[in-house]
Amino acid sequence: MITIKELPDENLFTAGHTACPGCGVAMSIRNAIRVLGKDTAVYVPASCGVVFGTTFPYGAWKVPFFHTAFENTGACLTGMQAAFEKKGKKVTVAGFAGDGGTYDIGLQSMSGAAERNDDVLYICLDNEAYMNTGIQRSGGTPFGAWTTTTPVGKHIQGNRRFKKNLGDIVVAHEIPYYATLSIGQPLDFIRKVEKAKNIRGFRFLHMFTPCIPGWKMDPARTVEVTKRAVESGMWTLYEVENGEKRITYKPGKMKSVKDYLMMQGRFRHMSEEDINTLQMWVCKKWNLHYKEKGSPDVCEIAPPDEHHAVTEEHREMHGP
Amino acid sequence: MKNLITADHAVAIGAKLCRVEVVPAFPITPQTLIIEHIADFVNDGELDAKFLTMESEHSVMSAAAAASAAGARVFTATSSQGLAFMHEMLYATAPLRLPIVMPNASRTLGGPPGIWCEYNDSMGARDSGWLQLYVEDNQEALDMVIQSFRIAEDKRVLLPVMPCLDGFVLTHTVEPVDVPQQEEIDSFLPPYEPDIILDPDRPAMIGTFMPAEYIMELRRQTAGAVESSKEVIQEINSEFAKRFGRDYGGLIDTYRMDDADIALITMGTVTSTSREVVDELRQKGEKVGLIKLRFFRPFPSLELKKAVSKSKLSALGVFDRSISYHGGGQVYNEVRSALFGMTIPVIDHLAGLGGRDVTEEQIMKMFELTRKAAKGEKVNEINWHDTRGETV
Repeated sequence: MITIKELPDENLFTAGHTACPGCGVAMSIRNAIRVLGKDTAVYVPASCGVVFGTTFPYGAWKVPFFHTAFENTGACLTGMQAAFEKKGKKVTVAGFAGDGGTYDIGLQSMSGAAERNDDVLYICLDNEAYMNTGIQRSGGTPFGAWTTTTPVGKHIQGNRRFKKNLGDIVVAHEIPYYATLSIGQPLDFIRKVEKAKNIRGFRFLHMFTPCIPGWKMDPARTVEVTKRAVESGMWTLYEVENGEKRITYKPGKMKSVKDYLMMQGRFRHMSEEDINTLQMWVCKKWNLHYKEKGSPDVCEIAPPDEHHAVTEEHREMHGP
Repeated sequence: MKNLITADHAVAIGAKLCRVEVVPAFPITPQTLIIEHIADFVNDGELDAKFLTMESEHSVMSAAAAASAAGARVFTATSSQGLAFMHEMLYATAPLRLPIVMPNASRTLGGPPGIWCEYNDSMGARDSGWLQLYVEDNQEALDMVIQSFRIAEDKRVLLPVMPCLDGFVLTHTVEPVDVPQQEEIDSFLPPYEPDIILDPDRPAMIGTFMPAEYIMELRRQTAGAVESSKEVIQEINSEFAKRFGRDYGGLIDTYRMDDADIALITMGTVTSTSREVVDELRQKGEKVGLIKLRFFRPFPSLELKKAVSKSKLSALGVFDRSISYHGGGQVYNEVRSALFGMTIPVIDHLAGLGGRDVTEEQIMKMFELTRKAAKGEKVNEINWHDTRGETV
């Protein structure tokens, strides 16, 4: 298994791209491509990734890059892979699509590639809204979140639906590998990328990628936010290999979802009632993922003083 | 060797002879026989290609684009709604200079839904940068798949090509077709060797985001490639004629135009029926001729002008199997534009829409009306043939 020290220094997604400081998407791309290596060809559908990484005449990619449209990542990966296979070239074919490009407009194309079990690596960079067009709700947007199409109005405040369970949809295709990742857990992150690289067939890596302007958050806290997401149960780190699910990182006692929400401006308007509604949803998810078989459902939230492990670390790094 | 086959079968054999490498496919009537034949060739080991069963036409053209960008010779086929569904990707492939060949089985584009021959499906792709041609019989369907790859992959062109075949009239109708030998095609069509592809050894970025400072030059290059395809089409037509003994005339073909004083412009299978009518009228002493429009993109403006002025035509009729809903058909409008400055009357004949049969009687009527226009009699500019009742 790869370690962080063993990661090659060469950046195949180079400095000079124009992503926002603290962009979770750019950090995820950079670290994933370091593991995948130079014998990789990538497809990026319409997204920030195309704009900040490829605006002509500049380009951040040092591996072959292809882009045509928004809804066709699965199909483009299939086509690229078929050509490489026909030509006898061993190339990792990887797609980096957003949540809109995967949960919504690109779902059909992704499903086609998954169902055919094409030998491609599909990466979903999930920042929970259409960020490239200026923060609009997608099927991946969580309950309560403000976006420009789920505004905080006098009658309706924020998104009224829960985040779509994409993981189960992908896994239902009976593919060899599905995993969730977060840059807050870098070792878990690179090992899953390495694992996916070496498996044949359709692999899906689902990355949790904070968006600074979309989430209205401090660009210095990207990593911290992803850690809080996992500790509160808003994001779960697991993998499903040939139908076998395994939790790859189990946090301690569940932390309050409110603490996670209050780090981000997109949730700050939420009423106590809405926060409780979301907390109930998170508890259900927590039980689903972490509960021992046969034990009763619980929704036990750690008292606030137990939160300090993260915040003190943060204070040490960034001052009070 | 002559085989009795449908145009769909002929087209599939053409693709096999071209040793296509990747074939993304999705079924749609009346194209489906093409991909079924290809699937048979692949599963029987007669064709060494990757056959990809996609989940939609949009994904077909996406996979085709990606496979082509990765350096493979790519073939697929579609029709009507399928062509409309992949519309976005047609616009993506041409400026990226991906030489895909995709026959379109011409079919009504709903609504209202219908499955028979009409050109309103491919006419909507007119401005996508794809080269577009219309064939008259099954032999031409096969031959033009082979020529299409040569045209598409020529370094002066590098554009996708769409041969259009009349739905059912050709796609499901058996005709004798001379099938060339594999070695004949191998010496006519060399392997596809593009300069810039997706290759980790020579990484390139294809389809990058283009700001306004650069995109106009790219548009100009694509337009230039369409323009230079005219010369390439003529060259390849001549070379093919020499090797295989079948000369299609290139961008246009003419019939009994030498001393004609009026003529009709046709596309597709109606051309065959129109030849019969020309012969009949000639027997009666009428000096009529025929221009077969083979390529719609690039549009052979110069060739048409030459044909019209050489024959000293006094009127021209245009057959249209699609309507632009502003009065006339697309071919009529293109012809009018090409002949701008010439003073002869040009009138439009809309017939066979939705796949209705275009009969000899209708074509006689087209010549009759065109004759009236030549004599200076009052004739409608747009003529709907064989419709029930009058419309405003």
